[in-house]
Amino acid sequence: MTATPAAAAPFTTVIGLEVHVQLQTKTKLFCGCSTTFGAPPNTQVCPTCLGLPGSLPVMNRHAFDLAVRAALALNCQIAPVTKWDRKHYFYPDLPKGYQISQYDLPFSSGGWLEVTDPKGAFSRRVRITRVHLEEDAGKSMHDEVAGVADSRIDLNRTGTPLCEIVSEPDLRTPQEARAWLGELRLLLVYLGVSDCNMQEGSLRVDANVNLHIPRADGSPAKTPIVEIKNMNSFRSVERALAYEAARQWEEWQATGAELGSAPKQTRGWDDAAGLTRAQRHKEESSDYRYFPEPDLVPVTVSEEQVAATRGAMGPPPSMLRKELAERWAIPAYDADVLVNQGHDLVAWYEELARLTGDGKVASNWMQQDVLRTLNERGGSIADFPLAPAAVADIIARITHGDFDTSRGREIFAEALTSGKSVADVVAALGIAAVGDDDLEALCRELIAANPKIVADVQGGKEQAAAGLIGQAKKKNPNVNPARVRQKCIELIRRG
Amino acid sequence: MQPLDRTAIELVSAVRAGDLSAVDCTEAFMARIERVDGKVNAFLAVGRQQALDQAAAIDVRRRAGRPLGALAGLPVAVKDALCTTDFPTTCASKLLAGYRPPYDADVVTRLRRADAVIVGKTNMDEFAMGGSNENSAFGPVHNPWDLTRTPGGSSGGSAACVAADMTPVAIGSDTGGSIRQPAGLCGITGFKPTYGRISRRGLVAFASSLDQIGPLARSAADCALVMETIAGHDPGDSTSLVEPVPPYTQLLEEPLAGLRIGRVAEHYGPGLDPEVARGVDEAFAVFEAAGATVHEVELPHAKYGIPTYYLIAPCEASSNLARYDGARYGVRAEPGRGVRDQPGGSVRDYVGSFDSPLVEMYCRSRAEGFGPEVKRRIMLGTYALSAGYYDAFYAKALRVRRLIQQDYHRAFGSVDLIAGPVSPTAAFPLGEKTGDPLAMYLVDMYTVGTNLAGIGGISFPCGFTKGGLPIGFQLQGPALAEPLLLRAADRFQRLTDWHRRRPSLAS
Amino acid sequence: MSLSRQDVAKVGSLARLALTEDELVRMTGELSKIVDFVSQLGELDTARVEPLAHPFETRNVFRDDEPAESLTTEQALASAPRHDGSCFLVPAVLGESGAA
Repeated sequence: MTATPAAAAPFTTVIGLEVHVQLQTKTKLFCGCSTTFGAPPNTQVCPTCLGLPGSLPVMNRHAFDLAVRAALALNCQIAPVTKWDRKHYFYPDLPKGYQISQYDLPFSSGGWLEVTDPKGAFSRRVRITRVHLEEDAGKSMHDEVAGVADSRIDLNRTGTPLCEIVSEPDLRTPQEARAWLGELRLLLVYLGVSDCNMQEGSLRVDANVNLHIPRADGSPAKTPIVEIKNMNSFRSVERALAYEAARQWEEWQATGAELGSAPKQTRGWDDAAGLTRAQRHKEESSDYRYFPEPDLVPVTVSEEQVAATRGAMGPPPSMLRKELAERWAIPAYDADVLVNQGHDLVAWYEELARLTGDGKVASNWMQQDVLRTLNERGGSIADFPLAPAAVADIIARITHGDFDTSRGREIFAEALTSGKSVADVVAALGIAAVGDDDLEALCRELIAANPKIVADVQGGKEQAAAGLIGQAKKKNPNVNPARVRQKCIELIRRG
Repeated sequence: MQPLDRTAIELVSAVRAGDLSAVDCTEAFMARIERVDGKVNAFLAVGRQQALDQAAAIDVRRRAGRPLGALAGLPVAVKDALCTTDFPTTCASKLLAGYRPPYDADVVTRLRRADAVIVGKTNMDEFAMGGSNENSAFGPVHNPWDLTRTPGGSSGGSAACVAADMTPVAIGSDTGGSIRQPAGLCGITGFKPTYGRISRRGLVAFASSLDQIGPLARSAADCALVMETIAGHDPGDSTSLVEPVPPYTQLLEEPLAGLRIGRVAEHYGPGLDPEVARGVDEAFAVFEAAGATVHEVELPHAKYGIPTYYLIAPCEASSNLARYDGARYGVRAEPGRGVRDQPGGSVRDYVGSFDSPLVEMYCRSRAEGFGPEVKRRIMLGTYALSAGYYDAFYAKALRVRRLIQQDYHRAFGSVDLIAGPVSPTAAFPLGEKTGDPLAMYLVDMYTVGTNLAGIGGISFPCGFTKGGLPIGFQLQGPALAEPLLLRAADRFQRLTDWHRRRPSLAS
Repeated sequence: MSLSRQDVAKVGSLARLALTEDELVRMTGELSKIVDFVSQLGELDTARVEPLAHPFETRNVFRDDEPAESLTTEQALASAPRHDGSCFLVPAVLGESGAA
């Protein structure tokens, strides 16, 4: 982390984010080519997405519906009429020489998304300026191998539907930005809008950041806004913003250059080196010569359609957290952890909570056992070998006193790997309740074998009795440690 | 029978009845092409063998009693702006020389399904930009009525082809008059239906909100026949109309009683040649004699049609032609080399410098591939869309476009069709207007309004000048008035025989 | 003239059209003349007139999210001036993206 001066930060960091998400459709925005990631180059192309002479676009209805869903989840207003525009620039990954996007009449605007740190460090409502629908460009790859000065162009990705989500500069720290992105991602995954996988490029982030520095008269001096590109993970976003804020502070102290004194700069994040670098600024490339796309007709969205889409959407994560906490009497922290794992795991948890009748116990088992196992083995809850009923069974037996929690964990682990039912595992491990007589006999054995521990306990150090528990378990794994301890101390006291 | 003397309707009927084989029919027109196209230059590509093979296959099916398409055996020429997998599609541009699309235009698919025999691709103004077919990279087209004159444009090749009997019908495209004006200058019938009536999928786009495809033939009846095949909804074109296609040939028989025709005072200004004006007046008289009534109507913004068109069309064209950058198809000028690896085209020839080899490739491929008129319109369109100029130019033109459309709506409140000249002059000599772009733009003055309003128009011959050049007459109708336009033109052609005259093809 | 030489050079750059000195001079004259001509639209009061981008009021044309046949790679590359059998090849793209 960057070293900050001992005093409170002398500036406010002002951050806005521009996020592109690929919509989870089967086919592209304007043609029937597949959107599957990772196909061999130029195998998912057709005259339309290649921009061949005479080709025409036709809008993918499902893409539009998903876009509306995303905008509603972000609390945006949906425009009753929306249209598409051509955005012109020349680049090898843009076959038509223009991108079909939205300019002055996007389908949605004016929303917000809140992020709250579960540990209470911050809470921020970030306004959304607009969400619009546009097509993606292809990929250009520099051919190092051949040593020739060529770029290789793969147009599989051209025409993939993208939602562009633009936030107001409401974020104030790199941490907030990272958390907000996490919340956005969770929301869109929950809604089935996108799989938001940054590694596969289905979620991309650019950031705009500058500093507001208080002047003696109270008005803020503002540094020039810098756009940061090429951040490949949420962690990179956080690091890049932290670096850039520090860099701008240094630059401000050195030059005092203010917003407006130079055109907006673009800097690329270099994750390996941990710094941003200025990119060449091309003045004319910002004249996109927008005009209405003549090959696409406008789209109207009625209030009924909006209501229908809203009604068909599940609750967003923010609402789900509250519901879960209230319904199952678990702390906000627990609800947050569970909801972050996604819809399927939440459903699994709720089933477990219902069966055990104790939301908190169920939550503990989810976090400490189920999630831990999932993290170790990989895979999703859908592949988890145990059903909620199995875990509920273990929990019930613990509650009943058949064995303790740590024994329960052994049963859990065995059931996972062996595939046997809980009852079979219990039987196989020879778990049975230990009778009082057997317990007393065992304790007498241990006391006889451990005079030092007995002396310690008699001397007032009751915690020394814990040393007997391990030995007791070796002799009989079914013993309940608490009962062993209690019995041993009782016997020692009796003399 | 002499196929060259027959109408398309007669030919199709004869082939279906077995009176004429598809092969004989195709052979006759192929022979004609070979005999005269050297003088006319209407074709950029002719596929003799593939046409004969297709014709032979049709004959086999007919003899076996298998069903035949509605245009079985009919030779058709297709403007080289329409994608065909079995012919190059060049748009008469060096930039697309030899380009082979991997798909057929919707219109071409329909023609094939109807068993038409596509004999070749016709010459045109490059990327459909022009009014005289002198902007072709492969030589101008010569008007069959006078080989020293232009046939009009941009579908000059299609019009000349039909006028010279090289095929009975041809397909063209019309963005500001490019079917109707050459039809007028070549003494044939050319039809631009309502915008969206025919799918634009596979038509290399010039101005997307104005482009429309249409038939050229010797008669409105033949146009109606072709329309039945090529019109119709295409889900692959978002601007394609969903309304069902009426049986145009049947509807020709409907009576024309009480037709009200509008005459536009604004049409008869100083730009109109007196002989053309006289021919047009006589055409009005024919309609009146047949029972129609002529009424004065106003199109108050008619004179703004050309400036409006010459903003909207170049703007859209500058955008549609941005894809021609040498990267994925078409010719490329590699840095340091010319187009198609020719030695010419050195970096030193050009003003300024290039930011990178990639930019050099873009700038030189386009400079060396496009002709001067195309470059002019790309420059004009780019300028008019650029920051600071959009509102005063493109947006302004779109507003005037609405005024022009409103003029037509108002006029059609009191008349059924609007009639008048299709071109201010008869065919003009090659080279006469090439030195002055603005003068060339004015040849479209009577036709651009139709495209701006999105409505339909048809032109056909109504007389000849003293010099023996055809005079064209145009009818315009409200949206989806194709049946009425075809019927009115057909009725005129039952009462006159201008459309039966043929050029002698002397120089 | 309504367009200066610099204007025309700038437009040429935006349009990725290399211009010779002759063309630059000629275009400056021609484009100025055409721009003057089309500027007559300024005579009309269109303050209360909506732009007409599409001739008709068609709305809501969609297609279903169902796969359609794509081209083969061979077909896609068939007209490419240079390719390596899998990708289009162009002179190297330098570092930054085309869109600012």
